[in-house]
Amino acid sequence: MKKLGFLFLILLCFQSIVFSQDATTLLNKVKAKINLVNDYTATGKMKTDITFIKAPIGKVTVYFKKPNKFKLKKENGISILPKGGVSINIGAIINVEDFDIIDSGEEIIDNTITRKIILLPKNETNDVALSTMYIDAEKLLVKKVVTTTKENGTYQILISYGNYSQYGLPDKVVFGFNTKDYKMPKGITMEFDDEGKKEMREKMKNKKGKVEIMYNTYIINKGINDAIFN
Amino acid sequence: MFTLIQIELYKIFNRPRTYIAFIAIAALTIIVQLGLKVDGKEYADFVMADLKNTFSIDGKIINGYFVCYVLLQLLLVHVPLLIALIAADMISGEANIGTLRLLLTKPISRVQFIIAKFIATCIYTVALLIWLAILGLLLSIFIFGTGDLLLLKNNYVVQLQQNDIFWRYTGAFLFAAIAMITVAAVGFFLSLFAENSIGPIVATMSIIIVCTILSTMSLPLFNLIKPYLFTTHLVTWKEFFDIKINNQNETIAGSIQNPAKIINSLTVLIAHIIILISITIFIFKKKDILS
Repeated sequence: MKKLGFLFLILLCFQSIVFSQDATTLLNKVKAKINLVNDYTATGKMKTDITFIKAPIGKVTVYFKKPNKFKLKKENGISILPKGGVSINIGAIINVEDFDIIDSGEEIIDNTITRKIILLPKNETNDVALSTMYIDAEKLLVKKVVTTTKENGTYQILISYGNYSQYGLPDKVVFGFNTKDYKMPKGITMEFDDEGKKEMREKMKNKKGKVEIMYNTYIINKGINDAIFN
Repeated sequence: MFTLIQIELYKIFNRPRTYIAFIAIAALTIIVQLGLKVDGKEYADFVMADLKNTFSIDGKIINGYFVCYVLLQLLLVHVPLLIALIAADMISGEANIGTLRLLLTKPISRVQFIIAKFIATCIYTVALLIWLAILGLLLSIFIFGTGDLLLLKNNYVVQLQQNDIFWRYTGAFLFAAIAMITVAAVGFFLSLFAENSIGPIVATMSIIIVCTILSTMSLPLFNLIKPYLFTTHLVTWKEFFDIKINNQNETIAGSIQNPAKIINSLTVLIAHIIILISITIFIFKKKDILS
């Protein structure tokens, strides 16, 4: 009985240590974990879910190199990513500098208790106005990021982990964002017939967009030629 | 009948005027291809400017399929005028040189005569489209390679995977063949009423221009007659390049967004052909041939 009580006490202490750790320290730990990866080449599938874009699911190859080089290539195809989409890269999300950090408590994301940390840029010229991260403090994994930018609005990134969680690399990234109106002049499209498009216009009132990347494999720290990022 | 068609084809392809259309298509195609080869990136940036405000687009936008689509958009508006040069000359040309009466002294019926002439016109029209397909599609693929096709519509964007495109071009060219044969039928019909070629050729071109303007203007009055104008349906080939999506907003490979519209347009166009040729035969049978 005494042993059980002692174990409970240890667990309680451990939990309190974890939860009371400074947000900056937590962020640094996550950074350190992510920074174990110098580069990676990942393959996967990308799904674009934007009301005014009819795009197929396509195979993609993603290249990353520290500190923030990121390239997504669609196999023999065309990739359409929202501006600011570089943040689909987890390294770019976490390797932020010159931010004030505010610990904003806890929140449950995907049945996991996460620490909510708000990042405020010190530099007024920074495009990011505010960024909120939800970090699984136990596994040192970023589960969700909500970023408000000056130029490209607010976007949200939901991240799921699997086989590569020890490197902090996701299995799935869902990038949600608000879209602007899309309307092309008829002189450019050379389409003068608008009949039958009412349904499409109705549907387009939903201005939320989503890009999902499902990763299958990673090749980590094997070196990547810089020319790929050009 | 086969001999009659051969004779008509011989006459068509012996006229220098016939090759104007082939040369014009070749010249326009090569000029556009050259322009896009040199300044394709600038063109893509201009066309995609609105989309690029919000999105980063990466990949080979200017490829053979895209170039062919641009060419078809530009040329299929003008090809009817080239077809009119021959179709509107088919009967009036004979009348002009005084061979019509002579031809009808031969032991062939007037119906056979008209049908043979019209089939020859159709063969010329299809040959022109095959020429356009060779230069516009195959040569573009040879020069620019293949890739996904990114198309901008008025209200949305369509991205087609490269393995889901070639059959759409096949469908689009087959549709265009019917559409252009309709134009040929108009010219052919008008050639019945003149004894020189200029009149029917200009009349056919005028009808195409006027009807195209009516088809493209979005005014309630014109909207009433639009469905019955053949020019409204000439551009329906574009429907082959619109794809269906499922509830998850994923494109369904091999699908067409609005197949009913294609069928409707084909029905209207084929009805035009049948009606125009039937009237031509009817009038020609009763016509007093004096030239």
